Amino acid sequence: MLEVCGISVRYGAVRAVTDLSLSVAEGEIVALIGSNGAGKSTTLNAISGIVPLSGGSIRFAGEKLDGLPPHEVVRRGICQSPEGRRVFGSMSVAENLEMGGYTLAGKGAVREGMERAFALFPRLAERRSQLARTLSGGEQQMLAMARALISSPRLLLLDEPSMGLAPQLVEKVFETIVTINRQGTTILLVEQNAGMALEIAGRASVLETGSVVLSGPASDLARDPQVQRAYLGI
Amino acid sequence: MLIDPYIQQILISIGIGVILAQGLNIITGLTGQLSLGHAAFMSIGAFSGALLTIRTGLPLPLALLAGGVVPALAALAVGWPILRLSGDYLAICTLGFAEIVKVVFLNLELTNRAFGLTVPQPETTIPLPLLVLLAALGVTLFAQSVRSSRFGRALMAIRDDEIAAAAAGIDVASHKLQAFAVSAFLAGVGGCLYAHVLGYINPSDFGFLKSVDMLAMVVLGGLGSVPGALLGATILGAAPELLRFMATYRMLVYGAMLVALMVFRPNGLLGGINLVEFVMRRSGRPPRRTGGSP
Repeated sequence: MLEVCGISVRYGAVRAVTDLSLSVAEGEIVALIGSNGAGKSTTLNAISGIVPLSGGSIRFAGEKLDGLPPHEVVRRGICQSPEGRRVFGSMSVAENLEMGGYTLAGKGAVREGMERAFALFPRLAERRSQLARTLSGGEQQMLAMARALISSPRLLLLDEPSMGLAPQLVEKVFETIVTINRQGTTILLVEQNAGMALEIAGRASVLETGSVVLSGPASDLARDPQVQRAYLGI
Repeated sequence: MLIDPYIQQILISIGIGVILAQGLNIITGLTGQLSLGHAAFMSIGAFSGALLTIRTGLPLPLALLAGGVVPALAALAVGWPILRLSGDYLAICTLGFAEIVKVVFLNLELTNRAFGLTVPQPETTIPLPLLVLLAALGVTLFAQSVRSSRFGRALMAIRDDEIAAAAAGIDVASHKLQAFAVSAFLAGVGGCLYAHVLGYINPSDFGFLKSVDMLAMVVLGGLGSVPGALLGATILGAAPELLRFMATYRMLVYGAMLVALMVFRPNGLLGGINLVEFVMRRSGRPPRRTGGSP
C-alpha cells in the first residue's frame, strides 16, 4: 500500500535520512525502531509531507505522494499522530477532535468519527469540554491518537506514542494500537520502546543514522543478537 | 447631537481603535502571527477610500468597502511569499512593508505627497460618531463570528501547534493568508473611516507607533479574545483623555499603567477567559459544552 523508495531528507547541510526504502502492506503493523536521531520521525514527516524530500519517491495506493502538502496527504488517507503529544492546548477535547476531521465534508462524518474515537477512548468522552492542555500526559497522547483517527485514515502514522508515559499507560497505548489495527487501519509505528514495538508489529526495520540497517519479520528481529544488544538491553 | 464635541471625538477614536484592534486580533491573536506593520494596511485603506471619495464622490459605504478590499489585496500579495514559512518572518516583513508604504505615500503625486489629503465630510443620515460606534459594534460581532467558526478554530489550532495542525489536515499556508487578508481588510476599513471622519490624512499618521498602538490594545485585552480587543481599545482610547488632569505626568502614568497591567495580568485583561462560561458559572448555571460536537 505504501512504497517508500530511496528517499533522502536534508536539513540544510545535515543529512537526516539517506536513501531509505520501506514498504507497508494493507492491514499490517510495521515498526521503525532506532535510537535518537536515527531519522525515524523525519521519515514519518517526509511521508506526511511536512518536510520536503531531496531525493527518492513515495507512493501510496499507486499514487505519487511526494511533493504534496500535508493536508493533501491527509485527504489521500494517511494521518499522522505527531511526536510529543502535540495537542491544541487552548482548545477543548471536542474541538481538537473536530480539527482532526478538517478534511471531511459535512458535520455527519465528523460526528461519526468522534463517536468512534469516544468508543475507543471512553476517557476522552468524559473530558470532551475540558481544555486539552489541562489533560494528563496519557490523556493527551490518547487525544493525539484519537485526533488522527477522526478522518478514518487507511494508514495511521504513530510517532513515539509511548514517549514519557508511565509503564501501565504504555501497556494500554500499545493495546489500543492493536485494537485500531484489528478494526482495519494499517499502522506505521515509530518507537524507541523497541521491545513493545516488536511485540505488536508484524514486520520491522531498524534505522541507524538515516538508513535502514536491518529489516524483516518483527519476531526475527526480536531474536537477533545485534538488535537485542543495541535496542532491547538484553 | 446632544453630546459634547469633545466626548464625540473620544468616542470616535475609541470606535476606530476597536475596529483596528479586532482586525489585528484575527492575525496576531487568533492565528498567532505577529504583524508589526498594520498601520500600513490602515493607511492604504485610508488613502484609497479618500481618493475615491474625492475623485468620484462615491457614497461612504462603497468607499469603505473599497478601503477594505485594496489593503486586503495588498496583504495577499505581501503575505503570499512570507506566510508559507513558519516563524516570526511576518513581524519583520510587515515592519519593512509599513515603512515602504509610508515612503511611497510621502512621495506619490496622487496622494499629494507629504501635504496629505483633505477629505470632504461625508453626508450621512445618522451622525458620524454614532456611525463609527455602529461600525465598531458590527466589526466586533463579525470578529466573534470568525472566532467561533470552524475556520476560526483552525486558526487557533495553527497558533497552538503548526505542525500538528498540518498533520490534522489543515492547509496552514492558505489559512494564514486568508486570516491576514481579513485582518488587513478590517484595518483598511478602520483607516478609511478615520480619513472620512477626521477629514484630513497624512502619511506620517500611519507610522510604526500606530502599529504599536494597535498591538498594545490587543495584548492589553488578551491575545485572541474578541471582548478583550474591545476592552483594550476602549481603555487605551479613553485613558490618555481621562488622565488629562494630570497634565505633565499624563503619559508617565499611562506608561506605568501598561507596565502594571502586564505584570499582574500577563495574558491580558480577558486572556484565557471564556466570557460565556464565566457569566454562566457566576449565575449558577452549568457551563454549556463548547465547540465541536453538534
